[in-house]
Amino acid sequence: MKQNNMLAMILAGGRGSRLHELTKKVAKPAVYYGGKYRIIDFPLSNCANSGIDIVGILTQYESVLLNSYAAAGGRWGLDTRDSGVFVLPPREKAEENLNVYRGTADAISQNIDFIDTYSPEYVLVLSGDHIYKMNYAKMLAFHKELKADATIAVIDVPKKEASRFGIMNTDEDGRIVEFEEKPEHPKSTLASMGIYLFDWKLLRRMLVADMKDDSSNHDFGKDIIPKMLADGRKLVAYNFKGYWKDVGTIDSLWEANMDLLDKNNELDLDDPSWKIYTEDSNSLPHYIGPNANIKNAFITQGCIIAGEVKNSVLFTDVKVGEGAKIIDSVLMPGVEVEEGAVVTRALVADGVKIGKQAVVGSADSEHIELVAKRVKGAE
Amino acid sequence: MSKAFGIVNFSNTHIWVKGLQAYRPIGAFSFLGRYRIIDFPISNMSNSDIDHIQVYIRRKPRSLTEHIGTGRHYNINSKRGKLRILYAEDGIDNENIYNTDIGAFRENMECIERAPYPYVVIAPSYMIYKVDFGALLQSHINSEADITLLYHAVDNANESFFNCNTLNLNRQKGVLSIEPNRGTAKSRNIFMDTYVMKKELFIELIEKAHKMSSMYTLADIVNVACTTEDYDVRAISHRGYFAAITDFKSYYDANIDLIDYKTALNLFDDEWPIYTRTNDSCPTQYFDTAEVKNSIVSNGCHIEGVIENSVIGRGCVIKEGAVVKNSVLLPGTVIGENVHVDSFVIDKGARLIHANELTAEPSNPGYVKRQDTL
Repeated sequence: MKQNNMLAMILAGGRGSRLHELTKKVAKPAVYYGGKYRIIDFPLSNCANSGIDIVGILTQYESVLLNSYAAAGGRWGLDTRDSGVFVLPPREKAEENLNVYRGTADAISQNIDFIDTYSPEYVLVLSGDHIYKMNYAKMLAFHKELKADATIAVIDVPKKEASRFGIMNTDEDGRIVEFEEKPEHPKSTLASMGIYLFDWKLLRRMLVADMKDDSSNHDFGKDIIPKMLADGRKLVAYNFKGYWKDVGTIDSLWEANMDLLDKNNELDLDDPSWKIYTEDSNSLPHYIGPNANIKNAFITQGCIIAGEVKNSVLFTDVKVGEGAKIIDSVLMPGVEVEEGAVVTRALVADGVKIGKQAVVGSADSEHIELVAKRVKGAE
Repeated sequence: MSKAFGIVNFSNTHIWVKGLQAYRPIGAFSFLGRYRIIDFPISNMSNSDIDHIQVYIRRKPRSLTEHIGTGRHYNINSKRGKLRILYAEDGIDNENIYNTDIGAFRENMECIERAPYPYVVIAPSYMIYKVDFGALLQSHINSEADITLLYHAVDNANESFFNCNTLNLNRQKGVLSIEPNRGTAKSRNIFMDTYVMKKELFIELIEKAHKMSSMYTLADIVNVACTTEDYDVRAISHRGYFAAITDFKSYYDANIDLIDYKTALNLFDDEWPIYTRTNDSCPTQYFDTAEVKNSIVSNGCHIEGVIENSVIGRGCVIKEGAVVKNSVLLPGTVIGENVHVDSFVIDKGARLIHANELTAEPSNPGYVKRQDTL
């Protein structure tokens, strides 16, 4: 808590139901991305790299895996004496019964006692299911400079996509004058990234009031932010430039992986000054066989490649058999593609086996095919 | 928990790997792109439930201490277990005859005496193999021998394993003597510099060695123990992959041999993980012009060129038009546009920018110095 007096709370309860089988057993922040990572590695590594020492992770939906994964704070360097990652699922308290988190704001409200133990000056609320690199220390400096009550990170999105997001309408000074959730006719293109920085004292008061309000959805976007605006509080927009992706669907998850194949991709996972940390794997470096052919690919340790890989992302321990072809696809950890099988425009879930000579996906499909079950091959 | 503690021993002065060893001890050599050689003995011990390990260093301690650190990444229990880095303070970095393993053990005798285990397993930091020390220890105890040595029977001792010792055995696997491999015969039992004995006997041998000669090594005194017949010294044969990094050629060959995945399966096993320190490198990126065949590639590389039959370390850059064949690239090397490299070991962080062609033969590979720019 010494470094910048800011504590981070990551909302990681999202179910991500449009990711179908990928989130059947794990919450969305635990979904794999980029060859060796899980989505939550990004906000966690950002926190570690920004000098935030205390991180609370609010879990709810299918949280067993996520709880143990996030609790190993050493992976992100959050394991010194004054730092730590705290997993915070809903819990029973002395005066109250066990309540699930009713909304994003309620998740924080129910952990006011946790935050109070560190008495931070600022609380940063993050979403656990976005892919981006961001220095929150810079955002805090901006927040202090403008003497804001709350700062919301925004990103400029294309006009035609703006109605998918929460849109911030600002005045010339960057002060937020209006917030519209998924507006039909957006007045601006500044989308909220779901990153909120609050003065803790103020937020604490608002959360206490919100908990008692039966008409509230207990949600930051729907309740807390509009209430702050109505109260005439100073809310400012912090303009973020860089890669940011909310991977809500199979298509967008596939696309976000494909973005990594671009030589000048904005995310740049290779930046030594802003590494993304993740679970350590004991796998070997990857093996490329004598007849392999690899073009435009992102490949990580443990892979064994005998066949052809084009324009694809291969996660840890993927096997591609002799004569198999992987084209425009994303293969999650432990996927095995046997001899002669062809995988095109597909996202193959972790551990799935694709049998000999099987054909999966097609080059002209509208959507990316999600392969979550074993595909039988020729006998 | 094992009944033994482990000692990872250094190479004595008769071994010298030209080029690489000038910068670090053999245990710290990069191996197969992401490992260091010492990861193999330490992982063997850790997987055998030995959680008190002493690593001895003779010279240039920096890279090894940095790599080993607290030992946490070797899956050694952080409370019950212990990994210590030890050296002879008088001797460190002295390239003289007195800087022996016996000298280092004597200086750290207190640590050896205090280790609360009746047995000791000693393995070298410069050999690569997989073995269950738990099973080895049990065989040793069952046989009631005083000392058990591990060896690997080879049929190419006339052209390899030159700086290794060999074991002369009788029919009952009793060890008659330990002798240097003089390259005069094909079939030899290469001594894997691996010992199991009671801790008390180990301490006794250290003192005995010191009294007999100040330049004696552990192998020397165990040889004396064999030949004087005071002790029952036996040998157990090892099967599976085995490499001794005792000269430059053997380092090159061990890397290249493991490019064959079937060979690698004799060393690597999901049930017997080889631990190493993670670097948090991102996956490797292959571009349109990449052509990679029959190679091992680590994470964090950018590949635009041609690679054949090579081992590519972490974070290497192979530019467009570059051709890398039969070579071992240590982490962080850069092969510039249109540079051709064949049968070379390129040491860590070297950059080949202006050289057009570096060609040697696999039988006599070339070497580019650490951080060098050509």
